[in-house]
This record gives sequence, structure tokens and C-alpha cells, in this order.
Amino acid sequence: MTEHAYNFAYLDEATKQMIRRAILKGLAIPGYQVPFASREMPMPYGWGTGGVQVTAACLTPSDTLKVIDQGADDATNAVSIRKFFERTARVATTTATAEASVIQTRHRIPEERLSEGQILVYQVPIPEPLRFLEPRESETRRMHALEEYGLMHVKLYEDIARHGEIATSYAYPVKVEERYVMDPSPIPKFDNPKLSGMAAIQLFGAGREQRIYALPPYTEVVSLDFEDHPFEPMKADHDCDLCGAGESYLDELITDDAGGRMFVCSDTDFCAARRAGGHRGRLVPEGDAA
Amino acid sequence: MPEDFLMGAFAQPAEEAAFAFRACLEAMARPGRVQTISGAIPPAPLSVASGTLLLTLANASTPIYLAPSHDTAAIRDWIAFHCGAPIVPAERATFALGTWEALHPVSRFDIGTSDYPDRSATLIVEMDALSEPNARLTGPGIETLHEARLPEIAAFRENRARFPLGFDCIFTSDTSVSALPRSTYVTAL
Repeated sequence: MTEHAYNFAYLDEATKQMIRRAILKGLAIPGYQVPFASREMPMPYGWGTGGVQVTAACLTPSDTLKVIDQGADDATNAVSIRKFFERTARVATTTATAEASVIQTRHRIPEERLSEGQILVYQVPIPEPLRFLEPRESETRRMHALEEYGLMHVKLYEDIARHGEIATSYAYPVKVEERYVMDPSPIPKFDNPKLSGMAAIQLFGAGREQRIYALPPYTEVVSLDFEDHPFEPMKADHDCDLCGAGESYLDELITDDAGGRMFVCSDTDFCAARRAGGHRGRLVPEGDAA
Repeated sequence: MPEDFLMGAFAQPAEEAAFAFRACLEAMARPGRVQTISGAIPPAPLSVASGTLLLTLANASTPIYLAPSHDTAAIRDWIAFHCGAPIVPAERATFALGTWEALHPVSRFDIGTSDYPDRSATLIVEMDALSEPNARLTGPGIETLHEARLPEIAAFRENRARFPLGFDCIFTSDTSVSALPRSTYVTAL
């Protein structure tokens, strides 16, 4: 039934054309937010309607799609979007990062290094990095046009004045190719260094806010900072309790009412692959592989 | 026997447009790298690649300028039927189509505004071939440098100097396509 009820990848062709033109202009002006006529999608705003529309415009029948939510393949948002494209585009899906040609993500960049031929699509809630500093769209647009980003540095400075360090830990603003200040979506700042020089194409879709922006491969992306307070990526000071990885981004889980806790990789595919490879963390008993 | 201009569209519109766009996306993301696209069989002198690009990207909301090299009744009819795009003067075009010589002077094309640099023209430039590089490209999308065939050098250096304003180019030849966004630095090889 579904196979015949919808056009390939759900959206009609005229809509895809409009989104495709916006993506191309986004690639030509890295970091600039291209307005587009975002459509109603069969899911609420905040569930990745922007990312879904970008993915729908990029998918071909021979793609293999991976969807992650905070690094996890098995979270509700990831599962429902993956099922959506299985039904409407009939594409293959995977949880293995290396096997995917298109990866839609909410709030993480996979631990595994991405390669040429892959596309990373971000779900973006608020695309405008200056929005919480200046609510008027007309003003923020002018600030981007004039490259007037002093306000953002004032905000980071106030962080330092108040907390002794830049307290922003996610959606950490970046400057793209020394021109546009861009919101990398709410990825942890641990992931910021991966934005720069990535071999894959990075596309950002904000459905409710009707913006698309992009980073071509090997684009220079610099996290904003000060000479005396340089940018520092941050993670929990632990190893993964399941796979023992010391270099991955961790989620903290509360395990009982007595303050017990464990730290696990936020990237479930990365963690599972390590455990399959025989790595073992603090809470996995001897001999109990994966 | 149907009229010629009714023919030459995609057999599987959604799927073929998807493959064509992916090639176009890769081309724009990696300036100077040549991709292959096909599907359309447009009237001469329109190349397969240019016709496929139009079917993939153009519709009633994208005014097209046809340079003298490609302003024929057959092409106008084909675009009208398959894309529904209005044919307009160069200054108002979203897409401009023709050989590089015929597109001159390129200074008349829309380069966007500082508030909306995306509202700029995309030039689809028909070339004899995309081989035999004559330019060295650096910038976003390029790890170290790419070599590419460009119809000239100076115009693209001027275009880059206006960044973030500027037009973007897609070069086509037969079924080959490559792109040069405004963000690319160009030097002669």
C-alpha cells in the first residue's frame, strides 16, 4: 500500500527541486543560512523535520541510510525516521557508520571518521547562532551581512567573567572559512573539531525555522575563542564502562537510588563494534563479551 | 507521432532526478571534480548533462535566460513543456544557459544581496570538454587543490573577490558535469 501511496522519498518533485536548489546555494556559501519553504511533515517540529526534508531531497534508491539520535541508533527519534524512509523511499538502512552513504543525525557526530561519498545531515532546532542575543531576524541578517559578530564574543566573554571559563558546552558557535558564524546544531563541543576538514558533505536542515545551510568537504571551521581562553573540547573524565573507550563522548546513566552511575559511549555503533572486537569496560565481567 | 519537444524527459522522474541531483551535489561540494549525469534527451545543441540539470532543478519558479548560443525555438518549447520555467532577460534569471562566450558579459547576472547572497544566478555553461585542466582550484570542498578546465580565469577571480556575493557555475559537456561555486579560489595552471 505505502509503496504506491507516496512519491519516492515522500516529498513531491517540485518541493525536492526547491530544497535541492537551496542545498546547492548553501554549499556555494558555506555557513550561510539559506531560507527555504519548509513543508509540513508527518511528524512534529522538533523531531527533525528539517533534517528529514534535506535527507529526502538527497536520497537515491541505492543509498544506505543511518539515523542517530544523540549518537544512538535505537532511540525513538532515530527509529521512527529510519522507518519513515524504509517505507517511503525503500532504501536500505544500517546502524554501521562505515556502511552508510547518508547519515541523519540529531546532536552528535559519529566517533568513526567519515569518508568521501558520505553525507551527514544534521537536524537543527535554532539555526541562527545570534538568535538568543538578538531576537529580530532583520537585525541578525544584517549582522551576518556586515560580519558584525562582536556580540557573540561579548557573550563568550561574559561566560568567562561569570564562570571563569566559556561555559557553553553544546551548540558552540563556529566561524566558517573566516566569514560566517554558524550554529553547528546542539552537538556537544567535544564534536566541534570534527566539523573542520571533514571528508564528508555536511548539510544542516531546520524545518520550523525554514533554513538550510551546508559545509562542503574540507571546509575550515573554527570554534570561537580568545587567545587567553582557547577553545577546549570537553567530555566526562571517564572511560566507557561497557567498551572501555577513553576517547569517545560519554553519556552518564544513573543506575540506582544510591548515587550509582555508569558512563557509556553515546555512539552506540562505535561502542558495539568495540565490544564485538573484544574490548571490555569496567562493568562488563570477564568472559562476558558484548 | 508526438511533437519532438514532448520527448526526452526522465523515464522514472523521481529516481532519475535523485541520481542526477546527487551527482550535482557532489560536483558543487567538490569544485572541479567531474561527475556523470544522464537521463534527459534534450534538443541539440543542449547537452544531455544540461538537459538533465534543467529537469532536476528548474521549474515554474526559476526563470531561465537562454544565451544566443542556445536560444532556439526547439529548446524554448522543450523547457516550456518539461520545466514550465519562464524565459527571461539575463538580469532576472535564476539559471542562465549557454556557451561561455554567449553568456558574456557575465557581469549582468544576479549576484545576490549582502542580506540574501543566495538569491543569485547559477550559470550552466556548455563546454566542448571538461578534460585538459587549465586552472588550479583551492577553497572549500578541496583538500589541497583540484585541477579543472575553465573557460577563462579572470572572471572567476573577480567573482571570488565579491564573496559572499557572486554567481555559481555548473559546466557541462555531453554527460559530464563539474561545478565552480563562488567560494573557490582560481589561479591559472
